[in-house]
Amino acid sequence: MAFTLYTLIQTAILCTNAIAVLHEERFLSKIGWGADQGVGGFGDDPGVKAQILNLVRSVRTVMRVPLIIVNSACIVLLMLFG
Amino acid sequence: MDYTAAQSGFRQRKLQPNMRLRNSSVDGPDGSQLFDDTSAAGPGAQGVYRNQQAGPQAAGLPGQSFLSDPMSNLAMVYGSSLASQGREMVDKNLDRFIPISKLKYYFAVDTVYVGKKLGILVFPYMHESWEVCYQQDIPVAPRFDVNAPDLYIPTMGFITYILVAGLALGTQDRFSPELLGVQASSALVWLIMEVLVVLLSLYLVTVNTDLTTIDLLAFSGYKYVGMIVGVVAGLLFGKTAYYLSLLWCCAAIFVFMIRTLRLKLLSEAAAEGKLVRGARNQLRMYLTMSIAAAQPIFMYWLTYHLIR
Repeated sequence: MAFTLYTLIQTAILCTNAIAVLHEERFLSKIGWGADQGVGGFGDDPGVKAQILNLVRSVRTVMRVPLIIVNSACIVLLMLFG
Repeated sequence: MDYTAAQSGFRQRKLQPNMRLRNSSVDGPDGSQLFDDTSAAGPGAQGVYRNQQAGPQAAGLPGQSFLSDPMSNLAMVYGSSLASQGREMVDKNLDRFIPISKLKYYFAVDTVYVGKKLGILVFPYMHESWEVCYQQDIPVAPRFDVNAPDLYIPTMGFITYILVAGLALGTQDRFSPELLGVQASSALVWLIMEVLVVLLSLYLVTVNTDLTTIDLLAFSGYKYVGMIVGVVAGLLFGKTAYYLSLLWCCAAIFVFMIRTLRLKLLSEAAAEGKLVRGARNQLRMYLTMSIAAAQPIFMYWLTYHLIR
């Protein structure tokens, strides 16, 4: 129950890492969540699955480099201060 | 309530569902300022700056013997101009990160509005019209429309909740000053997570709505009122009173959220009560229901450990 803002940051980092490690060809295409399988109809209603695939792909593209920096900082800080 | 304004507001909402600026001009729509001007230096936003620049010079007059030396006079004038320049720069840069002008809209409340809104939060069953009035595509400030969301009640409710939680812990001899900070950060974390989850679900369901993030923050903050009522009743009258008043407030906030979100999330036809078929409307209905149902759960989760 004793959540702090630090736990929120930790949760965010862990969740983003989890999304970033989903590999495109080895995993997502195999389960039907590849980048080309999201665009179904071209109507004005993309649907929930297409939105999720879009979100996963954009998070992976955008957060790749910042995650490297943040993860390195986390590793250094945890090794120094426990 | 102006019927034509509400009707045109409906059509304008449908035409421009994306985010609209809450404060496109300096002080809101002309003719109805956000805040009543109480500065003596005259109307306008420059009143504050003018007062401050007149300050150092007015201080020079009483202490004239001190400032008869022209060098120190010059230094004082230069220092005050530097200070005002620095302040302008800070304001300009701060406005880029935190939209202060948009935040001002949410704090433009007055006592009558707060009283009415608290009444609606605790007893929403008699309130008839739930639409927000618009004025030329800018929503009217909360002091003129009781349905508009504001941030004053959530902020005050949050702070009062922390204080009441400290009081409740004190009556059980479990209080220590660090616990206040722990309670505050827990409640804040839950609030942030709730707003993020609602944002994510709104994105996934592709709802074309004009709800901004701050609106969602305001709606999520309204449950603190019910929590405070429950905890205070529990402190005064015991556990039964806590459960009864919490039940009442949970039902009230459930109805309040459904009636407010129905107009914003669902399409117009469904919002008026007609049954509209289609998977999309059903999904939106489920979304509204789950957002409204999450409020009582949070209300119980954040208060049950305070009443033993």
